[in-house]
Amino acid sequence: MNRNLIIGTTLSSLVIFAALLSFIWTPYAHTAMNIPEKLQSPNWQHWFGTDHFGRDIFSMIMVGARTSIAVALVAVSIGIGIGVPLGLTAAARKGSWLDEIIMRGNDLVFAFPAIVIAILITAVFGAGAINAIIAIGIFNIPVFARVTRGAALSLWERDFILSARVAGKSSARISFEHILPNVMNLLIVQGTIQFSLGILAEAGLSYVGLGAQPPTPSWGRMLADAQTMVSFAPHLALIPGVAIILTVLGLNLLGDGLRDYLDPRLRIARS
Amino acid sequence: MNLLTITDLNLSIHKSDILRDVSLTVGQGEIVAVTGESGSGKSMTALAVMQLLPDLSTSSGSIQLDGTELTAVSEADMCALRGSAVGMVFQEPMTALNPVKTIGDQVAETILIHKAMPPARAKERAREVLERVGLSADKFPLSRFPHELSGGQRQRVVIAMAIALRPKLLIADEPTTALDVTTQAQILDLLKGLVKEENMGLLMITHDLAVVSDMADRIVVMRRGEIVETGATKHLLAHMQHPYTKMLFAASGHLVNLPTPPEPTPLLKVQNAVRDYQLPRTSLFAKPGHYRAVNDVSFTLHRGERLGLVGESGCGKSTLTRAILGLEPLQGGQIHLDGAPVFSGHSPNLDVRRKMQVVFQDPFGSFNPRHRVDRLITEPFFLLDTPPKGIARKDAIAQALTAVGLHPDDAYKYIHEFSGGQRQRIAIARALIIRPELILFDEAVSALDVSVRAQILDLLAELCTAYDLTYLFISHDLSVVRTVTDRVMVMQAGEIVEQGVTESVFTNPQHPYTKSLIAAAPRLPDLTPTSKEPVQ
Amino acid sequence: MLRYSLKRLMSLILSLAVASLVIFLVIEVAPGDPASFMLGINAQPDTVAALRTELGLDVPKTQRYLTWVSNMLNGDFGTSYTYRTSVATMIADRMWVSLPLALYALVLSTLIAFPAGIYAAARRGKAGDMAVMGATQLGVAVPNFWFAMMMVLVFAINLRWFSAGGFVGWDKGLWAGLHSLTLPAISLALPQAAILARVMRSSLLDILGEDFMRTARAKGLSRRQALWRHGVRNAMIPVLTIIGLQFSFLLAGSIIIEQVFYLPGLGRLVFQAISSRDLIVVESVVMLLVFAVIVVNFIVDLTYAAVDPRLRSRT
Repeated sequence: MNRNLIIGTTLSSLVIFAALLSFIWTPYAHTAMNIPEKLQSPNWQHWFGTDHFGRDIFSMIMVGARTSIAVALVAVSIGIGIGVPLGLTAAARKGSWLDEIIMRGNDLVFAFPAIVIAILITAVFGAGAINAIIAIGIFNIPVFARVTRGAALSLWERDFILSARVAGKSSARISFEHILPNVMNLLIVQGTIQFSLGILAEAGLSYVGLGAQPPTPSWGRMLADAQTMVSFAPHLALIPGVAIILTVLGLNLLGDGLRDYLDPRLRIARS
Repeated sequence: MNLLTITDLNLSIHKSDILRDVSLTVGQGEIVAVTGESGSGKSMTALAVMQLLPDLSTSSGSIQLDGTELTAVSEADMCALRGSAVGMVFQEPMTALNPVKTIGDQVAETILIHKAMPPARAKERAREVLERVGLSADKFPLSRFPHELSGGQRQRVVIAMAIALRPKLLIADEPTTALDVTTQAQILDLLKGLVKEENMGLLMITHDLAVVSDMADRIVVMRRGEIVETGATKHLLAHMQHPYTKMLFAASGHLVNLPTPPEPTPLLKVQNAVRDYQLPRTSLFAKPGHYRAVNDVSFTLHRGERLGLVGESGCGKSTLTRAILGLEPLQGGQIHLDGAPVFSGHSPNLDVRRKMQVVFQDPFGSFNPRHRVDRLITEPFFLLDTPPKGIARKDAIAQALTAVGLHPDDAYKYIHEFSGGQRQRIAIARALIIRPELILFDEAVSALDVSVRAQILDLLAELCTAYDLTYLFISHDLSVVRTVTDRVMVMQAGEIVEQGVTESVFTNPQHPYTKSLIAAAPRLPDLTPTSKEPVQ
Repeated sequence: MLRYSLKRLMSLILSLAVASLVIFLVIEVAPGDPASFMLGINAQPDTVAALRTELGLDVPKTQRYLTWVSNMLNGDFGTSYTYRTSVATMIADRMWVSLPLALYALVLSTLIAFPAGIYAAARRGKAGDMAVMGATQLGVAVPNFWFAMMMVLVFAINLRWFSAGGFVGWDKGLWAGLHSLTLPAISLALPQAAILARVMRSSLLDILGEDFMRTARAKGLSRRQALWRHGVRNAMIPVLTIIGLQFSFLLAGSIIIEQVFYLPGLGRLVFQAISSRDLIVVESVVMLLVFAVIVVNFIVDLTYAAVDPRLRSRT
């Protein structure tokens, strides 16, 4: 075990635990307003203080973790679910018109940053967490397609793939049996990174009002609310920011740690 | 007076010992060849002289170059010596040059970095050296980029860089290993000529004993970080002392006895095969061009026959192999195995496929690292209508592994637990397991050390007797093809230029290309009769 | 080189054509009838009809698309429904905030990332490398708009070195303009610089393992000389790809950052347009953003060829 993996796993599981726990327990109801106790700094009653409606920040952070994780997770799943098969197909049919179309399509999607997709969707269909998921998910597709195709292409050059072809296996079968398991590590690592980027993107979209809508709590919107009060209640901005940073940092460290841990070259060196 | 004197050099990297008490000398105008198999420490000896050892390495002992103790010199002073007092040529010319700089700039850099000449004069000198290594100004202006040159030409540029400042010592680490035989012969001639003219010392690292015997004034044989034997070439060849040296030379010229092939009945028929590759489009509208990799090739391989296919890189032998395996379509002609066409469009015809198998060159790339040996070698079972299951499968695996000299228990290991030679055995086991009619060996022993190669060749000969193998042996190594085939074909630029009984083609080549190939191939000197004995 | 450039140009035009088609389909086809969408549920039928005529919705979709594209090529982006002014003028005003901001951030990000990445690679595994890598690990995790809020808190509210928001306008002089964009640019640039520095470092480390670096050392170059003369230029090739991608992130990021600093840029415009359902403005702004991203990537492609001779001669 390396240090990145340990810190990364700890931070990530802490956030996931908080998110899961929020389903059954939070110190206060995250929507409960209590005007007399508004804008308190962190104290024993309210560990992270309260906002301008007297809501408990700690509870909001816990429930907000839920939104962040849900959005990022589904978005990454969309990216993997569509991008990986596309990448595998493009690599198996390298140089064909199919490959060309897939790669050109990818280039095109890269020209639409997630926020631009979100703007397009929101303008027509209205704001909401689903739109954030779709926007981030679409942006993830070419990322996974590219990573998969790149790794798969170099595998297709290897002799063991040629052996499988000599054994009469179809390219779909080879993609599934030989290519996919060998790109899996890469996908796990890339998945962790995209997961953390998804959390950042969700926060950004919610901040400008293109993501989760009230009353669904979200870290990005907590920051938007905090903006006008930053001069006299900086903890309102500080705490959700730190939550985002720790989550993203944890996931990135986890990704780095996994890469080192899963790298077959390193494993051979160890054995 | 010795130019280079290495005394009691010890080296360890990451606490594992790489070199032990290595001592050797190189005199002016002398060629000293350090030879040995992989892991012998020969390349590390060369890098130690350059003081370009990997990080985390510790060494003791003395390396004196022209009176300077290199182990005591500061890094800045060492930079001043590298390139001016000692130059180095590496194995892989395709990657040894910076792809984004012109060859002129890269040669001139050697001169400029040592501030030996003003820039304008450095350009002239770069031109001179490039001429000297055989790259003329009209065809190879200084403004050429590395990717515009072939492997041999790039190696000439690397040599030009190394000799631009007329160093007293030149180190060449496997300088011709990555090159074709004819190119190899030219580069070796060039090096010999340079040593003579410039009175340089040449420390040459090579695993190829034929090259060693041909080039060196003195030979140093290394094994596992130690020098086992050293001496003047003629003397050492005539009076080998150490058993390892004897084994090495015997294995290099190793010969096997094949059983007599049966009466010819055709198995594989290749008729006027043509394989074109589409070149990348030059413009959106022009029709893409073609490159003809295999041109009008015809031959017949008979049952029980061992046929060789030799040729230099890029001659089309790999393309032909893929076409025979039915992996790629032909643009003309036909290939039939046992009367049925080998290529059947997108979905492979399993009836034909199950009759042939292949063994590839790279013992490290031919296996999926995530599967265990039992799964790896049973992959061809996919071709069978009713693949054996349970006990029958287990027996088949055990039988195949035993046949190639491994243990049945090896079935449960992963591929990274095996050495290169063992992996090649596993590759042969995979090819044998469905008892194909035909096996293709694509450079199957080219990546192996000589002693391991000799063992695999013996295994082939044994299997020929036990299983009546029919195979097509594709290789660039003439000496290997000569011993393991009955008939041989010579391929050049996509065409078969000559074919015939192996021995007669080698002793009496007809086509000029075959003649030049055979002439260029370095030969082991005729040694004592012991070299004909099989290796233990 | 010319052939390569022409090929990239063809692909640029193709990308723009497809991108514009996608935007057109989403904005003008997906909502069903854009006119009634823009006016909301309570609109009078004759108002809707009037807007339909104004937007040219009576003609077939194909023709509408072609008209839209050809009008854009002539600099006519249509008329904003809510503001009743030319969209082109509205965009032109805002563009002079958003584009300079993204470029400013790109320059800052590169200026920070290159030295940091090269320094870390040169000192691989040592304390300096560890420090840079730790800082970039943190930098990657920081949301730029939160970082911007913290910068406002520290440098505008507490130290009063900068104003907390707003844009003075370029007519107050280049320096004043840059000054009011400095905090936003830094907040955009730092997280991106962290990514770029990491890419620069790993790309350089890959190159350091190449055979030609050993050749260079054998010629007598010191580690440092080899790194600068042979390493950096080769390492630039993957770094350029990232710079191209970063521009689109920065442009997108600037839309968000404008909200923090109350900058009158494209972001503000597009969010107002979304809330007033002004599809014409949304469509034009999105097209402009995508156009900028595609053009920048085209420029990056051309820069590749300048760096890598293999691309120049490849046909």
